Amino acid sequence: MTPFATVVRYAIQESVRRRVFLVVLVLSASFVAVYTAGAAAIFGGLSDFDPGGGEHAAAGAGLLGFAMFVVLFLGTTLAIFLTIGTVRGDAERGLLQPLLVRPLGRTRLLAARLTAAAGMSSAYVVAFFLLLVVLTASVGQWVPDSLPGATLGLVGAVLVVCLLSLLGSTFLSSTANGIAVFMLFGAGLGGALLHQLAIGLDSSALKGVSELAGWLLPFMALYLSALGSLGPDIDTADILGGPSGLALVLWTLFYLGLLAVGARTIFLSRDL
Amino acid sequence: MRPVLECRGLSKHYGAKVALDSVDLSIGQGELVGLLGPNGAGKTTLVKSACGLLRPSAGSVTVYGQAAGSPAALSRIGYLAELFRFPGWLTAEEVIELHQGLTGSRAGEEERVALLGMVGLSDARRVKVDSMSKGMQQRLGVAQALVGTPHLLLLDEPASALDPAGRRAVRELLLSLKQRGISVLLNSHLLSEVELVCDRVVVLVNGRVVRSGRPAELVRPRGVEVETAAGPRLWEGATREHVPQIVAELVAAGEEVYGVRVLASTLEDVYLEAVGA
Repeated sequence: MTPFATVVRYAIQESVRRRVFLVVLVLSASFVAVYTAGAAAIFGGLSDFDPGGGEHAAAGAGLLGFAMFVVLFLGTTLAIFLTIGTVRGDAERGLLQPLLVRPLGRTRLLAARLTAAAGMSSAYVVAFFLLLVVLTASVGQWVPDSLPGATLGLVGAVLVVCLLSLLGSTFLSSTANGIAVFMLFGAGLGGALLHQLAIGLDSSALKGVSELAGWLLPFMALYLSALGSLGPDIDTADILGGPSGLALVLWTLFYLGLLAVGARTIFLSRDL
Repeated sequence: MRPVLECRGLSKHYGAKVALDSVDLSIGQGELVGLLGPNGAGKTTLVKSACGLLRPSAGSVTVYGQAAGSPAALSRIGYLAELFRFPGWLTAEEVIELHQGLTGSRAGEEERVALLGMVGLSDARRVKVDSMSKGMQQRLGVAQALVGTPHLLLLDEPASALDPAGRRAVRELLLSLKQRGISVLLNSHLLSEVELVCDRVVVLVNGRVVRSGRPAELVRPRGVEVETAAGPRLWEGATREHVPQIVAELVAAGEEVYGVRVLASTLEDVYLEAVGA
């Protein structure tokens, strides 16, 4: 096994031993139970049992769209807790130094830790989301219009938060980083609310702020793009300003690269 | 011969605070060098600079001619930090296995058994770090530093949490490593340990090297004490070479001599004088 693979394996083992992993799994299982009951009640209450009909599509998209936010929230929670202490937190606890004084090097160590955290978070999001899709399909005979689009949107959103947290870990202590990243997550949601306010008040200033939030914190735009993949009639363009379509894909890739380079640069220059 | 570790004009500043100030130090093959100094003298900063954990503000640190912190340098060193922790959920053997993976060591179980045996943890192979005493963790730290057979060991207070038996074990281990040609930089507050095992001692005060040399060279003669019928008498500044003459003069003067002791300052005296205590 290569040193890189050794660190990935170690980080994955460490992840599943964390209490947050168990908490997220328990919350996920609880949500699945509630969701199943809710979906059965809603689909069972539809007057016209036509899987191709508009009522079914609205109910399916509404239910799954709501569930996707839970997937996003729990996925980001997992990603944050797997990365908040990667650099400064582990260095302060004396866990990092023994690993660093090895020929692996800082860049590969960071990349290995990111691979593990991003892999775990993405796997969780994909598994949880697909489980909910299967449940929706079996209870209500409705499936999203573009399953890959919705899945990729959610995974992309969680990856953005994962890298934000990793970057924060290079200069913030674990607690400060956790608070900061959750605040950024809240700011992303706030951006969408501001956009709604801006539309309601017809305020170009508020629109500008929400547009900026959409670009600076693209996980919300990715989540909305995932929602837009649920059905052809779902338009999420007016929920949040910021990038969409191909611009969103390109901006996300650039943004992820920027965060990774930033994290590496700070990590390389840090005294430990 | 190229030094194993070489610091040239090494300086490290934390803002206005000077942790290391133009330190020159080199360690040769198989040499065991003790690093002494009061708290805040810059010892840990020096060791961390040699590991590449800290970036020098000025000067250079090389390991076998390679910049400290480079993969080539790191592949040749073993390091035990002063404050370290291993994941509590790993067993002693898993910690060593993890570091084998990081160093690319292919020695497998044979190396793990040998290293844990070397530090007296043979019976604790499957004990989790969380269940270990501080002393056991310190021993595990020493074993971890030896994974992959390093050419240079950087040990920051390796015996600080050990009981007397543990200290003796580490001392014997250091001597055996020296015999195998492994160079060691030992940062320790335990002067007696340093005096017993080190070829050379470097005393740092306020980031500067204030004394350096072999322990025998650093200590100074304090005189000769002669036990006579009238009680002990001291010849200050006298050395071993003066003993026959002193004894002859006393006997000639009709004194009865019961014993003679050549007095020299200890490393502790040298250290306390160097740090101005």
